Amino acid sequence: MNPPTNSQARQQLDEAFRYAFLLDWGTRIGLLALVLGFAAYMSGLLTPHVPLDQLPSVWNLPVKTFLQRTGTPTGWDWLDLAHKGDISNLIGIALLAGCSLPPLLGLIPLYLKRRDSAYAVICALIAIVLVLAASGLLSGGH
Amino acid sequence: MPQNLSRHPSPFLTALQRAGTGLLVFLMLTVPAYAAEGVVPASSMPWWFWPMALFVTCFLIGIVAVPAGIGGGTLFVPIIGGFFPFHLDFVRGAGLLVALASALAAGPVLLRGGLSSLRLALPLALIASMSSIAGAMLGLALPASVIQTALGLIVLGIVTLMLVSKKSEFPQVAQPDRLSSALGIHGVFIDGASGRAIDWQGHRTPLGLVLFLAIGVMAGMFGIGAGWANVPALNLLMGAPLKVSAGTSGLVLSLVDSSAAWVYLNRGAVLPMVAVPSVVGMMLGARIGARLLHILKGSVIRKMVITLLLFAGIRALLKGLGLWV
Repeated sequence: MNPPTNSQARQQLDEAFRYAFLLDWGTRIGLLALVLGFAAYMSGLLTPHVPLDQLPSVWNLPVKTFLQRTGTPTGWDWLDLAHKGDISNLIGIALLAGCSLPPLLGLIPLYLKRRDSAYAVICALIAIVLVLAASGLLSGGH
Repeated sequence: MPQNLSRHPSPFLTALQRAGTGLLVFLMLTVPAYAAEGVVPASSMPWWFWPMALFVTCFLIGIVAVPAGIGGGTLFVPIIGGFFPFHLDFVRGAGLLVALASALAAGPVLLRGGLSSLRLALPLALIASMSSIAGAMLGLALPASVIQTALGLIVLGIVTLMLVSKKSEFPQVAQPDRLSSALGIHGVFIDGASGRAIDWQGHRTPLGLVLFLAIGVMAGMFGIGAGWANVPALNLLMGAPLKVSAGTSGLVLSLVDSSAAWVYLNRGAVLPMVAVPSVVGMMLGARIGARLLHILKGSVIRKMVITLLLFAGIRALLKGLGLWV
């Protein structure tokens, strides 16, 4: 076995700490938004798009039928209804689903500085996959 | 059950066993609560009952999932999909978020502790992220009965894997493969139990990439966290130490589930009333589970979880086949 040198171990810790710092803050912000959004939804502070007492008649339907029945938008069109109690929760969910992006982008300069182009490219490619997934272009959300 | 535990049962263990039994009894009781009509039968209970029941169930799942060494998402989809009145589309969307939130919460701690390797995780996450998008799209396109049947089979497969799979604390890797060398897939971590610095390196990287392609599809299609598949693949196939495999699995999951979660979000398959109580309940339960980790006998909890999974897997299979609706 070729054990990693001290400097390699140090480098790996540097990248882990940078990734962890950005991921930690992204997760905290996402969870906070999620809890606040749900509190506003349940307390009635924000009126829901689908009334609470009507939920049991639609949450057992396939998603396509649910969307037709409730007039809930797909893709990023939910942003237009972000002031509604139920839809406002999607802000926290989107933050959680997107919070891996800053750590990935944060690693690219570190790898480029070390001339570790393979990992810089891998980070960039994962970031592109995440952005494409979020855009709805791959999944036909629009 | 080991003899010493039989003679001196820990109050925590007794409480947890009661919680597990309570969960099983609750799940049995929820079945007759459905009225007879519809693909997913409508519930006769008031609307607020189900989010509360979801929170309590996820809290209990969170407690038992950590000591059992299994991701909460793996238990979530078969149990909630089998015994709650929500359509499987919303259950899978929530399942992905449960697995994602758990992986995100644990990720920074594991990275700082050197138990999660970015060099090992990133190439695998790239492949699995792409395939999880395809899996999510496929899952939302197929009829629910097909997904439910396949889910039942997968869960029964997980039960088998949990019963027969071996683990290797520190696998011996004599020679890394060319791709592993080129990508520098190696590292060092401090083993908390012995205090030793352990050097490790990976091998069989091309085969690992192919396996993670399939793992990504399953994660996206069923909305279950894929820790049950990630850890054996990283540990037994690619030669990473067991603790590094478990830590790195969470990092891979955080990226794979993010990609798939966007598909569910864009398609409108994330229902906050299902997703949020699940995420919060699971995270609170997991915190307690992590604290009980040093007190509880992992093997006993593991047997309890295997029993729960077996029950949920059979239920999913029979529900998918229309034999137990």
